[in-house]
Amino acid sequence: MKKLIIFLAIGLLLSACQPVDFQEKPPVFNTGIDPNAWATVPAGEFLQGQFNKEMTIDHDYEMMVTPVTVAQYADYLNEALTAGTIKIVDDQVVGYYEGEPFQAGRHEEEFPAGDYLHIPLADEFLRLNYDGARFTAKDGWEDHPMTVVSWFGANAYCESYDWRLPTELEWEKAARGTDGRAFPWGNDTARNNANFYFSRDPFENMKTFGSRTTPVGFYNGKVYDGYQTLNSVSPYGLYDMAGNVWQWTGDDYDSQHYRYMRGGSKDVYELNLRVWARNNATPTFASPGVGFRCARDNKQE
Amino acid sequence: MTWIGNRFKFLFRSTKGLILVAIAFAALISAFFGLLSGPMADYGIKDVVVKALNIDLQPAEREGRLIALYHTLAMVMIAVEVYMITDLLKMKENQRLSINSTVTIGYLMVIFGGLPFAYWGHNWVLHGIYIAGLSIIFFAGCLLLVALWPWQKDLKLKDKEYAHTRRGFDLERVAFFMVALVTLISAIFGAVPGSFFGNGFESFLAENVVREPHKTALDLSVIGHLHIMLALIAIMCALIIGRWMDFKGILHKIAMPLYIFGSFVLSMGTWLVVKFENIAHAIIYGGSTIAMLGALLLVIFSWKKLIREGLEVKGIRKGNFFQEIAALMRDPIKFGPTWQMVFMNFTVSGIGIFTAVKLDEVFRQWQFMDERSLLTGHWHILATLTATILLLYYADLAGLKGKARKWFGWLVIIFSDVAFGAVTIYEMKRLIVAEGAQQPLVNRAVLAGDIGVITLLVALAALMVWRLIDLFKKKGRWTVETDHRLDKKEEVKK
Repeated sequence: MKKLIIFLAIGLLLSACQPVDFQEKPPVFNTGIDPNAWATVPAGEFLQGQFNKEMTIDHDYEMMVTPVTVAQYADYLNEALTAGTIKIVDDQVVGYYEGEPFQAGRHEEEFPAGDYLHIPLADEFLRLNYDGARFTAKDGWEDHPMTVVSWFGANAYCESYDWRLPTELEWEKAARGTDGRAFPWGNDTARNNANFYFSRDPFENMKTFGSRTTPVGFYNGKVYDGYQTLNSVSPYGLYDMAGNVWQWTGDDYDSQHYRYMRGGSKDVYELNLRVWARNNATPTFASPGVGFRCARDNKQE
Repeated sequence: MTWIGNRFKFLFRSTKGLILVAIAFAALISAFFGLLSGPMADYGIKDVVVKALNIDLQPAEREGRLIALYHTLAMVMIAVEVYMITDLLKMKENQRLSINSTVTIGYLMVIFGGLPFAYWGHNWVLHGIYIAGLSIIFFAGCLLLVALWPWQKDLKLKDKEYAHTRRGFDLERVAFFMVALVTLISAIFGAVPGSFFGNGFESFLAENVVREPHKTALDLSVIGHLHIMLALIAIMCALIIGRWMDFKGILHKIAMPLYIFGSFVLSMGTWLVVKFENIAHAIIYGGSTIAMLGALLLVIFSWKKLIREGLEVKGIRKGNFFQEIAALMRDPIKFGPTWQMVFMNFTVSGIGIFTAVKLDEVFRQWQFMDERSLLTGHWHILATLTATILLLYYADLAGLKGKARKWFGWLVIIFSDVAFGAVTIYEMKRLIVAEGAQQPLVNRAVLAGDIGVITLLVALAALMVWRLIDLFKKKGRWTVETDHRLDKKEEVKK
């Protein structure tokens, strides 16, 4: 009996020790969703947070229909490198940030004006190639959300086009509309509503590399190689407002240096996909589960 | 009717029966609600259970559901501790009966009001029953406090081997009294904000607000309440185990003041969080270190005792190192509780201190989700390790003997430690592996954790089934245990 137990225990542990190829190429699907599109969110009241507090946003604004993709970010990096607004230092893309007020809050870190990390080029999970002169998206990852980008990197992208990161309030209203729903598509979730932990999408293999990003706009009701997705668009026409990647928002709150993220990601359970769920990190934090999208005040071509 | 009446008398009037019923409820609740999270959710079992039983999982009410569930399990374990205390410490029989019956009614109301309210939709009658149950348990605590009053002349110690004051009052009883007192006060720190937030139906989990720079007094009160209640349940558990092990001698005389002072300082620290958040943590560390020193002395005493007894059984006067280790581990049910206290230092206290020391340098550089995972794991391990200690004590009370005793004891020790060790690795994984490459490590940790927890639950289920079968026997163990008492030290000394 003892031998049997030991044998089974060793067998189980060994079965979990397969070599893993973290760079395995993802399947390629065309979602048909344009990452250059914008959606308008009208001014007015909405129900905010877990307890549906009435809030008002006093201006119309637009938000990108999807998170910024790897291909879009590669184009930006090439432009910014040429323009000299970013530079490469010690295997890192860095850029200037004008600094922020410091209130000496508990655990608050100071970020004065200076150069800060945008992208760690040595990170093996960065979906970009850099040949010493130009950035390109890695093969198969072009339409996936840009990840391993710090808040500084996300903010710089939006500002370079005269856009900005959305505030948390703007982000939440864009995700849930005005009826107080818990998820962009309603109040119930199915595994094929979004990319979350153990959602069993075609990009995930929980026995090996785990959960990976899906192309932006993937959950739009289309069938991909037999995998049926549900149309999980938000009331204002935005995709990926729950799951796939956490999205940086723009608020800089008093007495803290943390920047907040919304939306949940491929790495968390569905409870963190609720529209009011928040994550945060220091603005230099970069992760394969964090991306962003931009907002703007006025319609632009 | 006599058939039912006799068994009812055993289950709801005898100490061992009451403990058995409470542990059975804890086992059923843990097993059932475990189906709704973790691997059971990953493999789709949650979806089946939710659909089959028409469970109402409103997304906005998750935090409220968890609070109801945690409180229910905590109340059951508090009831177990109360039953043990009322039998282990001298008090009037009518006090013992009234405390036991009050706490029993209280936790049953919490279970049958709170869980249906939380998981099967809103019915405010059920919510009222739940709140009334919590209040009744608080009242039982007040009765216990009165019964434990240490400065009674007829309770002066005659055996000077136990810690006592100059006038002969029992310091161990003072320790029980102190922990009960600060537990009741600390409960108020949860009850007041609970009433405020609960009445507005705005529930939140403390781990979700740890990085908020501006916390309200009520937020801080909830955080303090959470921290202190688990710690005090653990300290009370250590006192109970000390009583069971017949803790005495010089180490007892040093340990009791440490427990008394440590639990008071620890509680003060968590209460002070509300007003003086900046210094509260330092006081909490001071208090918990003092209380932990008391537990360390218990471990030293009990291990020496187990070695001595083990060598005596083998007829060895002075053993070598290996003989002493074998003697120490001869009876896993007796060795287990204090071993779990030692193991707690690796998986709870040590991790907690390391986290506090490296908070800004390491843990606040992580994303919040990773810090939250660490905090949640930390509290779960502390709570569950404490439960395993009480479970091992109950296994002894239940009369497990021979091979079954060894198998049960070792299964509980080894597999709970495998599970909690795995959870510790899981919660600290960001120190070991990059986020993108974590899945293989996560898979191994989850596998080990699942094997550990499932085996623990199977061992517990086997114990419960054994006792259930016994209840159907005309002359089962229950007939003898109906009049058993835990108090006198005979049980300990054998």
